Amino acid sequence: MGFSHAASGFKGEFCGRVYSLIKGRSWITLVVLIKCSSLYTTCLGRLSQPVNPKLTRRRFIKGVIASGVAAASTSLWYTASGQSRPAGAVERLLTISVNGQTRRVDVAPQETLAHTLRYKLGLTGAKLGCNRGECGSCTVLADDVNIYSCSTLTHEVKNKAILTVEGLRAADGTLHPIQAAFIQELSPQCGFCTSGQIMSAVALLKSNPRPTREEARNALSGNLCRCGAYDHYLNGVMRASGQLS
Amino acid sequence: MTYMHIGKDFTPPDIEGKVTGAARYAEDFRRDGLVFARLLTSPIPAGRVVSIDASEALAMPGVLGIFTADDLPESKPPANPALAKEFITYIGQPILAVAAESEELAEAAIERIVVEYERRPFVVDPLDTLVEGGPDPYPMGNSLIRTGEAAAGTTASGTGVGQIKWTSDQVASFRAGRFPTGASFPEEWMYGDVDANFAQCSTILEEPFVTIGYPHHSLEPRTGMAYWENGKCYFHGSLQSHTVGHDALSAMLEIDPANLVFINENTGGGFGSKIFPYPTMAVTGRFARKLNRPLQLRITRPEEFYIGSARSGMQGWIKIGLRDNGRVGAVDVAIVGDAGAGGGASGGSAAEHISIMYQPEAMRFRGMSLYTNTAPRGAQRGPGQNEMAAVLSPMMDKAARQAGIDLVEFRRVNAPGMDAKVGSRQGVLSSSYYPQAIEQVATLFGWEQKKTLPRQISATKVRGIGVGEGYHSAGASGYDGLLRIAPDGKIYLHTGVGNLGTYSYAGVLRAAAEALQCSWENCVVVHGNSDLHLPHSTYQGGSNTIFTETRSSHVAALDAIRKLKTIAAAQFGGAVEDYSIGGERVFLTSDSSKGMSYGEAAQKAIELGGELSGMTYPEDIHRTTQRSVQAMQGTGLIGVAKDTLPKSGTAPGFAIAMIEIELDTETGKFDILDYSGVAECGTVIHPMGLRQAMNGGGVWGFGMAAYERHVYDPQNGLPANVGLYQGKLPTYLDVPLHMKTAGTDMPDPQSPVGSRGIGEPAQGCAAAALMSAISDALGGHLFNRTPVTPDMIVNHIAQNSFNTGDLKTNTF
Repeated sequence: MGFSHAASGFKGEFCGRVYSLIKGRSWITLVVLIKCSSLYTTCLGRLSQPVNPKLTRRRFIKGVIASGVAAASTSLWYTASGQSRPAGAVERLLTISVNGQTRRVDVAPQETLAHTLRYKLGLTGAKLGCNRGECGSCTVLADDVNIYSCSTLTHEVKNKAILTVEGLRAADGTLHPIQAAFIQELSPQCGFCTSGQIMSAVALLKSNPRPTREEARNALSGNLCRCGAYDHYLNGVMRASGQLS
Repeated sequence: MTYMHIGKDFTPPDIEGKVTGAARYAEDFRRDGLVFARLLTSPIPAGRVVSIDASEALAMPGVLGIFTADDLPESKPPANPALAKEFITYIGQPILAVAAESEELAEAAIERIVVEYERRPFVVDPLDTLVEGGPDPYPMGNSLIRTGEAAAGTTASGTGVGQIKWTSDQVASFRAGRFPTGASFPEEWMYGDVDANFAQCSTILEEPFVTIGYPHHSLEPRTGMAYWENGKCYFHGSLQSHTVGHDALSAMLEIDPANLVFINENTGGGFGSKIFPYPTMAVTGRFARKLNRPLQLRITRPEEFYIGSARSGMQGWIKIGLRDNGRVGAVDVAIVGDAGAGGGASGGSAAEHISIMYQPEAMRFRGMSLYTNTAPRGAQRGPGQNEMAAVLSPMMDKAARQAGIDLVEFRRVNAPGMDAKVGSRQGVLSSSYYPQAIEQVATLFGWEQKKTLPRQISATKVRGIGVGEGYHSAGASGYDGLLRIAPDGKIYLHTGVGNLGTYSYAGVLRAAAEALQCSWENCVVVHGNSDLHLPHSTYQGGSNTIFTETRSSHVAALDAIRKLKTIAAAQFGGAVEDYSIGGERVFLTSDSSKGMSYGEAAQKAIELGGELSGMTYPEDIHRTTQRSVQAMQGTGLIGVAKDTLPKSGTAPGFAIAMIEIELDTETGKFDILDYSGVAECGTVIHPMGLRQAMNGGGVWGFGMAAYERHVYDPQNGLPANVGLYQGKLPTYLDVPLHMKTAGTDMPDPQSPVGSRGIGEPAQGCAAAALMSAISDALGGHLFNRTPVTPDMIVNHIAQNSFNTGDLKTNTF
């Protein structure tokens, strides 16, 4: 018994870091985020003016997202604005791989992967149940490892292949075996945690195609289900791995 | 009876969206021009707002405005205000909202707002306010006064704040586990001669007890988004009911219900906390109107702890008498309920559980509902019944052991059967096959074999087995059913039932498909958006949906069948009763070649008009249903009716569970080796759904028995366990690897398909069985409380009373 977030080494290690960051000083984290955000807004506002007074931050970001292809990288942008890149600044326009597609997206330095996926790429399958690495509803895969996207900075995974629940279907629309099995076993109840459960199950089967039920529950133990549908999710994993007829 | 659909598994229409990520919840919706609001919440447990200076925040670029209690109608205690001003009653209570172009800006703006507070005394333990001279959570008092009808666990209507005080001797006596002689209780009922029945009992048990409340922690926080267009409010929210909340939300926004479009296809958990609209929804809708912008008010996980509702706590005393034959002769129970900062405690419902599950010959209940400066409480999965089931089970076990009766035999002797009575009025039941459920679970679990197993497994491991029972009323009547048969032959089954995850919103519609004898594949479930023309359906809570809504679905189908036959008779001659249905056709019974398909009949309905196509409709249907029918007029054959089928007595939901655990005496932890649960909920309409309900309820029961509780710091009124991991919700690792469940599957005569609900008893039986098993593993020891956590077990084994000697709710 216990509350395990160590479904994988990476996940466990990361969650430990997140916990240590948040625990006991969440207000500090909040302030840091606010400060970063304010700084970001201020910098972008100042830099944008010489280029085009009408190019607000909002319009700029919307343009980047809408086109799907950035007109320029931040390097070019700095060049065009005639400004030098501030020391310590990071690349803002990232090229990331999501569900097998290359996406160009403007990402703030402090931005979480969940934020990028949900609010910039429109991939709302990963849910924000807690937004602090407790519930697992936001679980996605980064290079086949399940991670909490609410507690992962997008910049940290810019070189990894991100897979979300929206990317599981085959090209012909066929559901992933985990998805099909979860339907067959009526695994979800309210469904809010389901995307996370699915992604942890997918990660498990990638590394262990025929897990025991005990292994499956350990692997999924970082994903909470308030409805208590654990038995049905485990049945789904066992069915998808061909161990339940 | 052989059914086409009832008792068969099916694929609910929303499940694919849940596994593909396509299912959208309130926070998934965005709108052009969306602005973001966040809450500023109280840092003090009691007081009032003296002043608010938001000038610096409002001067920030991108900050659009603030919204305070002054923007809302005045709220009088103990109603839970959307935003507090004069009556701050708990830490985390919303004070104001700030809207900005981004969430980060809104949060930054909150940091720039200066709020001056005036502190008041506060209290977190109900007994501390009950004692004379003790602080009151509200300036005007400490207790809930019911001035009219109000459901348990709510402040729906007719409530006020009064003051109750006991002498310090009375409080001390109650704390010590004795009945406080001469103490007043505002709630009291009794049936039978309690004293005379105790005199006839050979076994008498007298025990104190405490149950601690805990938050609902629905996984989807109650974030909402609203925007206004052409005088209408479009509201993306998260409720576990749908149309039943429509009028209430309209009233919150002070608009005609016809001008509210409520969109809520999926709800990420409610468990009682989202049955009806909750206060912050008023902020979302009104703030959007004030700014004339689409507005999202995000509720964070910590905020969900504070404002997401919670179970009430109880502190009580009980006296139980058993006769020689094991029958419960008399029960006397007194309960001081903790209602937090608002809502109502559930002592009456707790007493109801005792009255029905043990059928005492005579019983007395005395209770009160006290406020504390802790999170507001509301209905949570079997409020009262389930926590009483949990804390009572080991006590009843002790009484049975003292009387020399096997624990299951004791339940058999006292089981509520067909002639059972319930509650203070000793009302009757619609039916009960509960005795069969006892036999079924005893077989499923193997009680007779397991009770002979040795309790000591190894030097540090002991075995425990237990039995627990759950009950909740499970059905109502009087709601509307609505369907439409389109000219293309499709059958659109409309429901205003919310989608809280049990799939009952779809399951109940299969009663209509059953009556219409149509294929499920040809049916379209219409739900989740009031613009789709939904009927007035039941509130979805209290194990209520299955019984209530199979009835309303059935009467809508009967209305449609009558209209199909009317159309056929008009076309082919003869009387309505000369016609039959089958194969999605209506035809002359004596000559099936004279008939037409449902689609053809629907086209005829459009041509003939009148009631057939909804141009007219019954006068007794709810105005919500009327609006929906009006919107669908002339589009097909409309089946619509109010459920006026006969109903008498209480439709019960029962469940019984048995559990085997292996307890580690060195760590206090245990593993559940076997969980077996059987539901008595009438005919099973959706077998997989029943398993879901029983298993999910079982997990909730484990949480109640062994993990979840409020812990407040009495020095500062601060909660110590806001987070999920501190809470703590049961995880995969806290539940058995396999859970075995079943249903009696016997029909209730007052449901057209024989079914009743089961959501609440599924938790109560599991919690009670686990408490019983823990007690059994420890030689029958009573902790007299829920939850029982590993540290308590270890301290008991170490023979100290570090955290078990003092019974308190909220603190320990």
